Amino acid sequence: MSPHLQVWRWHVTMLTSILHRVTGVGLYLGGLIAAAWAVSLAAGPEAYETFKAVLGSPLGKFVMFGMTLSVFYHLGNGIRHLVWDFGYGLDIKSANSSAWAVFGFTVAATLATWAIAFQIGAL
Amino acid sequence: MSFRTPLSTARGLGSAKHGVGHWISERVAAVALVPLVVWGAYSVILLARMDYYEAVEWIRSPVNATLMVLTLGISFMHMQSGLRVVIEDYVYSHLNKAACLLANLFVCGLAGALAIMSILKVALGGA
Repeated sequence: MSPHLQVWRWHVTMLTSILHRVTGVGLYLGGLIAAAWAVSLAAGPEAYETFKAVLGSPLGKFVMFGMTLSVFYHLGNGIRHLVWDFGYGLDIKSANSSAWAVFGFTVAATLATWAIAFQIGAL
Repeated sequence: MSFRTPLSTARGLGSAKHGVGHWISERVAAVALVPLVVWGAYSVILLARMDYYEAVEWIRSPVNATLMVLTLGISFMHMQSGLRVVIEDYVYSHLNKAACLLANLFVCGLAGALAIMSILKVALGGA
């Protein structure tokens, strides 16, 4: 554990850094779900309906909601990292405000995605 | 008590000079995934309301099949290089680290190959 995690005052850029890892590891499961989708499609109608029933169940929807949050968080914060890689926005003030912007984007994009899914009858 | 000179103990340690390549390829995959993941999220919603036959029809479109293969393939590359860094940070013993890195590579390679072969099978009309 790098320098004394417990004596640091909690701040938002710590949270964004940790969440990038947590959502990345969570999306690893998401990648495996996507692979299972492709395999079930190739396996035929029965396997595909089983796959759809599992993902459409309350637990499946809960997992997919978590995946939606994770994918938009990781996407938004990933772009934030790419901007940093070019040397922009590294001062504390910009890093704090971009952190809140990423949280806002995550919530807005997740709600919009599920609203569109509901609208077109995908739920 | 060691009779080795300080220089000889220091030789061979340090960077393997491959870090920059990994760092850049991780970012190249990340840039590619920005549009692909947005398309992927949109596709998941579309697919969620389709039955099996509509989904097969959808993946037979060359544009959908191509973008799906790219999204899955580049995602698995990105997953492998991302989790690799996590393993290198948290797993200390050499043997455990090597086992975790190999498992990560093999899981991503196997799942990625299975997913892409499945898409191609359906898209090329074998289903």
